[in-house]
Amino acid sequence: MPFVRVQAEDFDVGRELEALTRGRVDVGALASFVGLVRDANDGHAIAGMTLEHYPGMTEKALEEICAEARSRWNVIDTLVIHRVGSLRPGERIVLVGVSGAHRGEAFAACEFIMDYLKTRAPFWKREDTPQGPRWVEARGSDDQAANRWK
Amino acid sequence: MMVTLLYFASLRERVGRSREEVALPAGTPTVAALVEQLRQRDDRWTEAFAPGESWRVAVNQRMADPATPLKPGDEVAFFPPVTGG
Repeated sequence: MPFVRVQAEDFDVGRELEALTRGRVDVGALASFVGLVRDANDGHAIAGMTLEHYPGMTEKALEEICAEARSRWNVIDTLVIHRVGSLRPGERIVLVGVSGAHRGEAFAACEFIMDYLKTRAPFWKREDTPQGPRWVEARGSDDQAANRWK
Repeated sequence: MMVTLLYFASLRERVGRSREEVALPAGTPTVAALVEQLRQRDDRWTEAFAPGESWRVAVNQRMADPATPLKPGDEVAFFPPVTGG
């Protein structure tokens, strides 16, 4: 399976992470992050959301982010799976996995990938609120999180 | 020369279309010249691309900026700041 995927379907976290280490005995650390849909945001109730992306560019952007993570840290493999389409509260949105020899570099690379994904990969969320659909606005705190890696 | 324009998310809704082919004057056009041309269309476009509106642009699926030059057949995408993850 490719290590960057954008898909409508859910994913099995255990199976995806296991695939990162299968057949290898040099992996000592496997760091991961799972993002989920919350039922509230900025004081609004959220009944669900729709995720839009830019087919082609989104995958390239994710590949570049992962390549940069692998060049900055001594890690073995990286994995990003991001869902698009309609999602309900409690559903998984994104999985990032990083395998490496040691935990420090795997943790750092995993956090870097998430921070860059949130500010550089072309995805857009539209939330369904009691007042109707609402496009999520970019947060300054996400830019700050990404900027600390510069 | 012709270029393909794509619009995403809230910007797509504001301008009421997701894709179009546009003719640019000959010369050495840039993203800035294209945006100026779009602003001339009507109030909706003027507002969507007003100074201070936070839109982003990609040329051939790479992040670009107003100074980026355009050539025939380029794919130019406009969208709001990203909100994935």
